[in-house]
Amino acid sequence: MVNVMINGLPVSAPEGTTILDAAASAGIEIPSLCYLKGLNEISACRVCCVEIEGEGKLVPSCNNVVRDGMVIHTNSPRVREARRTNVELILSQHDNKCATCVRSGTCQLQKVANDLGVLSIPYPPDLARGKKAFWTTTFPLYRDTNKCIKCMRCVQVCDKIQSLSVWDVSGSGSRTTIDVSGNRFIKESDCSLCGQCITHCPTGALRERDDTARAFAALAAPDKVTVVQIAPAVRTAWGEAFGMECGTASVGQLVTALRQMGADYVYDTTFSADLTIAEEGTELLHRLRAGDLATQPMFTSCCPGWVRFLKSQFPEMTGRLSTAKSPQQMFGAVAKTWLAKRLGIDPKNIFSISIMPCVAKKAESELPGMQSVPEAGNDVDLVLTTREFARMVRAEHINVPDLEESPFDSPLGDGTGAGVIFGATGGVMEAALRSAYFLATGENPPVEAFREVRNSGQSVVWREATFDLAGTPIRCAVTSGLGNARKLIRAIKRGEAQYEFVEIMACPGGCAGGGGQPVDGSDREKAVPRGAVLYDLDRRAKLRFSHENPAVQALYQEYLDEPCSEKAEHLLHCDHFAWQMPQNR
Amino acid sequence: MSRLSIATPGRAQTVVESLYRDVEHRISASPPGLCPVDMALSFLRLCHAQTCGKCVPCRIGLGQLTTLLESVLDSTASRDTIDLIEKTARVIQDTADCAIGYEAARMVLQGVQGFREDYISHVEHGRCLFGLNQPVPCVALCPAGVDIPGYIALVRAGRYNDAVRLIRKDNPFPTVCGYVCEHPCEARCRRRMVDDAVNICGIKRFACDHATDWTAPPCAEPTGKRIGIVGGGPCGLSAAYFLSLMGHQVVVYDQRPKLGGMLRYGIPDYRLPSEKLDADIEFILSTGIEVHTDTAIGKDIPFSEIENQYDAVYIAIGAHNDKKLGIEGEDSKGVYAAVQLLRDIGEGRIPDFQGKRVCVVGGGNVSMDATRTAIRLGARSVTCVYRRRINDMTALAEEIEEAQSEGCQILPLQAPDRIEADESGHVTALWTRPQIIGAYGPDGRPRPHDAGAPTFRIPCDIVIVAIGQAIDAQPFEQVTPVVRGRIQAESDAFVPNTPHVFAGGDAVTGPATVIRAVAAGKVAAANIDTHLGFHHIIASDVDIPAPHLTNSPACGRVELRNRPADECIGNFDLVKCGMTEEEAQQETSRCLRCDHFGYGIFKGGRSSKW
Repeated sequence: MVNVMINGLPVSAPEGTTILDAAASAGIEIPSLCYLKGLNEISACRVCCVEIEGEGKLVPSCNNVVRDGMVIHTNSPRVREARRTNVELILSQHDNKCATCVRSGTCQLQKVANDLGVLSIPYPPDLARGKKAFWTTTFPLYRDTNKCIKCMRCVQVCDKIQSLSVWDVSGSGSRTTIDVSGNRFIKESDCSLCGQCITHCPTGALRERDDTARAFAALAAPDKVTVVQIAPAVRTAWGEAFGMECGTASVGQLVTALRQMGADYVYDTTFSADLTIAEEGTELLHRLRAGDLATQPMFTSCCPGWVRFLKSQFPEMTGRLSTAKSPQQMFGAVAKTWLAKRLGIDPKNIFSISIMPCVAKKAESELPGMQSVPEAGNDVDLVLTTREFARMVRAEHINVPDLEESPFDSPLGDGTGAGVIFGATGGVMEAALRSAYFLATGENPPVEAFREVRNSGQSVVWREATFDLAGTPIRCAVTSGLGNARKLIRAIKRGEAQYEFVEIMACPGGCAGGGGQPVDGSDREKAVPRGAVLYDLDRRAKLRFSHENPAVQALYQEYLDEPCSEKAEHLLHCDHFAWQMPQNR
Repeated sequence: MSRLSIATPGRAQTVVESLYRDVEHRISASPPGLCPVDMALSFLRLCHAQTCGKCVPCRIGLGQLTTLLESVLDSTASRDTIDLIEKTARVIQDTADCAIGYEAARMVLQGVQGFREDYISHVEHGRCLFGLNQPVPCVALCPAGVDIPGYIALVRAGRYNDAVRLIRKDNPFPTVCGYVCEHPCEARCRRRMVDDAVNICGIKRFACDHATDWTAPPCAEPTGKRIGIVGGGPCGLSAAYFLSLMGHQVVVYDQRPKLGGMLRYGIPDYRLPSEKLDADIEFILSTGIEVHTDTAIGKDIPFSEIENQYDAVYIAIGAHNDKKLGIEGEDSKGVYAAVQLLRDIGEGRIPDFQGKRVCVVGGGNVSMDATRTAIRLGARSVTCVYRRRINDMTALAEEIEEAQSEGCQILPLQAPDRIEADESGHVTALWTRPQIIGAYGPDGRPRPHDAGAPTFRIPCDIVIVAIGQAIDAQPFEQVTPVVRGRIQAESDAFVPNTPHVFAGGDAVTGPATVIRAVAAGKVAAANIDTHLGFHHIIASDVDIPAPHLTNSPACGRVELRNRPADECIGNFDLVKCGMTEEEAQQETSRCLRCDHFGYGIFKGGRSSKW
């Protein structure tokens, strides 16, 4: 242990502890902006500088460790002046229009400046203009250079966690900024649209393309029937946007909010998650029996960030993806065909909205092949992230804690526990195995037989397990985060690892930690607690096997015959070769 | 009122003068990759501040250029702006009255032509094409990428064994480099912004001189692959060391009786004592490398046999042949090629120069080695003849100074014309043709040309020719085309159109430095390993001490002391003394730890494996 004095208090900390952490352990908060533990410890913002007796300069506390006998002051006049001045300097290059910023209230710069009581900035504003501030308005990922404080977190998360290095420092000297790496434009880049840069941005410099105005317009249009689907992972996190702990705002309340906002039908993507299992599970067994999985596995295809990653980084592996559409797209396809028929509505009049924990879903909905009824446009007309949806709820001045619960509409509101856990890493795999076991043996396995693939919260590159499916061993692997995915694929390609079935989700922890989920400015990673809420919902669900979903059963009886039938292939499967990532075009 | 008075600079002028020196240091420590337009603008501002204000083009023109360049950087300009900048700079260059104006305009003009694509990128896309990609200057400039801040910190902490272990991750010749490395790492040392570059080379020598643990790391599991290496110099042995650590079976062939190549047969003992070289070589061989000395490939064994016998072959034969002057009398008795002379001494055949008058021709490091060797062999006088000026010599400045202090005379601006011999064919004099230094050539160096003065006779008994080295690539000509005397290999060391032949070092690049040879060996080892289907990692488990939080204030750089010049005559004992412990402590404390501070901590201050 190392003994130091911080602000006159004796503090003991293990050797190697940073000054910032040592102070925190004694209840002394040192503000910081760029620092992100384990990911961005580069002391760039200089807001966390402290005074150490005997040292010449102020010392950043985020990446320097305590040494025995240090006498540290975190609030001395010198520290106070430096902290305030550096924040004022950052503010001089920041577009301080908090009133029109999506991150107002969760912005870390706003908090630090407010905490310091900065009421005026002594420096003239110095904002980028013209071409320097240009960004495309159509791409699902939006960057406002005048809100960027060059903390480098986006660069680091894309490098170290996602291994895509889409962002980089650009230029040098006073005009140094963050831009797409290699002087590319974002539309030409291999960005997976995972959105992790957004959720790790301390300010409003990064966000999704805002589609809320289009959503309000559709809800208000008298000739449109709005059909809304809600992804599993949205229910665990949406309340966080209103200051509630994850899982405390229920999906029933979410349905009520949507009805109050004018949605005509509110359904559950869990339904189409169950449908995905029927198709993907059947495909797995078909490919297994056909000997297609002898050397390389089948990959899940429900995460569009992962699909974009695979197609850009390992295009030669595209054929290993399951051809099953993602639950969002299956829902969209069913909504404009079977549902339209059942409701007696012209599909052209259906406006299909999805609420997703995801930014990549916006791009997925616009892909070629996602138009089951060509004259009715995209199967999913509009994708809202959890954050955008929360902004709409706020705009309606709905008081979330006071909302009553209401049920989903029928029939596409039925879902099982297996569909709900799609929102967590390992969930698709577990749900698929529950049903594949049934398909192979004709009977249900013990429902928690496959819990080995769940996220234990430990940091491993991937998790693996082998399950016996009616005498056939199935070797499974699960991972999340694209850096991990890259390592796994390399191992598979080199023959160091062999599996039949692999689940990959682009965001660490799966959709629960999705790039479209609420950000609260606390820098806490929430995928694991949010995932736990989903597993709890599964545990409490009446139905826990996708193949027992009555709506799915009805869909096959009335419309599709059976999983992977010709009609199902047409409606619920897609051609991953029908489009190209920009750099492969 | 006095008629004349002694001018003394005022306080402000004194401060400004010292700032000029600071700016010079700062520019010399510029990291590579800065925006060239931004730098051009910064230089332009400095130039404009120097304007006296008399003439229009300089007073107004440079100011307008500043505004225009700024608009380019702010991306408010168009392509027309670039044309306007070019035109304006041209007119200023044409019409400014003095160098303050026209040289400033020339710099802008040179830039707008030389990096026009960056100007265009700024105006069209608001982007610069450049960017910093070398986080730690010394590591970036070390061809072998040695973890310099890491080992300096270890020396500071007194952990000499760990320091040397860390160096060996990238360079198995730490001792040799501690003595004779040309230390490109020091060129852009950020400490120059404070005072002067850290004496990195001297610190390395200190670490090696004080390390006690010389146990090589364990080799990886045997792979069963066999690799033949032709040439046992720094390049071949570096490749051999890393390949051996990777678990491959390595066999080294060398045509000389001992390993070391130019380190043994080119660098005199007074710079690199042979026992120091032997220590590094023994360490390398202790990983289990098989050695065949006195074996010339192409003579004793045909290359095809080597090629067939091994899973991969690395050609690292160096550049050991001499270049001829091509003048009358060059075949007289008493004319030596410097490389031959140094090699003879390395092999124990020491000529007697007692009482002789010696002329050395050439201005490079080998010429200085020959010069100082001749002094040590007892020569009565040694004259180094060079066709350009002393400050144009390519030898390291300290080598020239030391040669001079040991009594050598340098005769610049004299081109060898012919060698005079007596009737028995012995050299009697070197005739030279006086030169005049002239205009700058395309290589950026001023060129000498004939001064038209009468030729000049230097009476002498010995002439040593040190005007460059050549490669004996003849045995390999069937394998690979030899272009301008060099073996053609790709940047990954692979020789095209061969099954598994790699090449590197002086034989590929032409005569270069030890550290570049080591780097070539490292590159070859990595790519041969990959070629054989492996991906062995060379890593170091040495933990690096955390940096001190406050850097030492401006402090002079410790230079190594030489033994008194008169003690050096007549023997080949080491000239330079290593740092004392106190000096090493002070010098290591000057390191600014760019691996931790600045860009290094963000963009890779340390690569702990390769």
